[in-house]
Amino acid sequence: MAIEVRIPTILRTYTGGEKAVTAEGASLTALIDDLETNHPGIKDRLVENGDLRRFVNVYVNDEDVRFIGGLDAELSDGDQVVVLPAVAGGAR
Amino acid sequence: MLTIARATYDAIVAHALRDHPDEACGVVAGPEGSDRPERFVEMVNAAGSPTFYEFDSTDLFQLYKEMDANGEEPVVVYHSHTATEAYPSRTDIGLASEPNAHYVLVSTRDSFTDGGNNDGPVEFRSYRIVDGEVTEEEVTVVDELPPSN
Repeated sequence: MAIEVRIPTILRTYTGGEKAVTAEGASLTALIDDLETNHPGIKDRLVENGDLRRFVNVYVNDEDVRFIGGLDAELSDGDQVVVLPAVAGGAR
Repeated sequence: MLTIARATYDAIVAHALRDHPDEACGVVAGPEGSDRPERFVEMVNAAGSPTFYEFDSTDLFQLYKEMDANGEEPVVVYHSHTATEAYPSRTDIGLASEPNAHYVLVSTRDSFTDGGNNDGPVEFRSYRIVDGEVTEEEVTVVDELPPSN
């Protein structure tokens, strides 16, 4: 079971500069735990209080995971996961 | 220093004026590592707010997919402030996630003071935002970007 995870620039400090890494897991939660094992510290940048961080977007095969179960989203061999920080801000 | 073509500069200002009083946002993509803002991409502010902006998550994905396919990166990430100065807010700093990008802030707060007339000045400033640290930089507007190497 191998899933390619695309890592955004800001999180590549955790992956030794790699743009993409391979991880395993039948759900997004399991995948993130597996990522954490090999890239300690990365989980905290993705998850907060048991939920995906508000300003982090994760996509499974082009679909925003928020529409397919969030951290419970199911994954299968060969899926592609993309992590993108939100581009957001403002005067507030 | 940010070196930007006049046409791109004008397009950013026009977008900010058009979306006022809501914040406008977008990127200028360029070849990875080139520091050349070549391709102006206007984005929709999914927050539709005068005090907040956020790229729609699907649009964001498409944009990055496109840039990836083209070997591009966001050289400029721009947005407008419509009632405050063109300086990164605490929110802007906290959410800045492109350490290689020039963060352009445009302020339209003085552009509509005379009853909706667009003639007032638009503030246009650029910053690097890395690890919560803001560094303002000079903006040089050129007729055209110098030829790439």
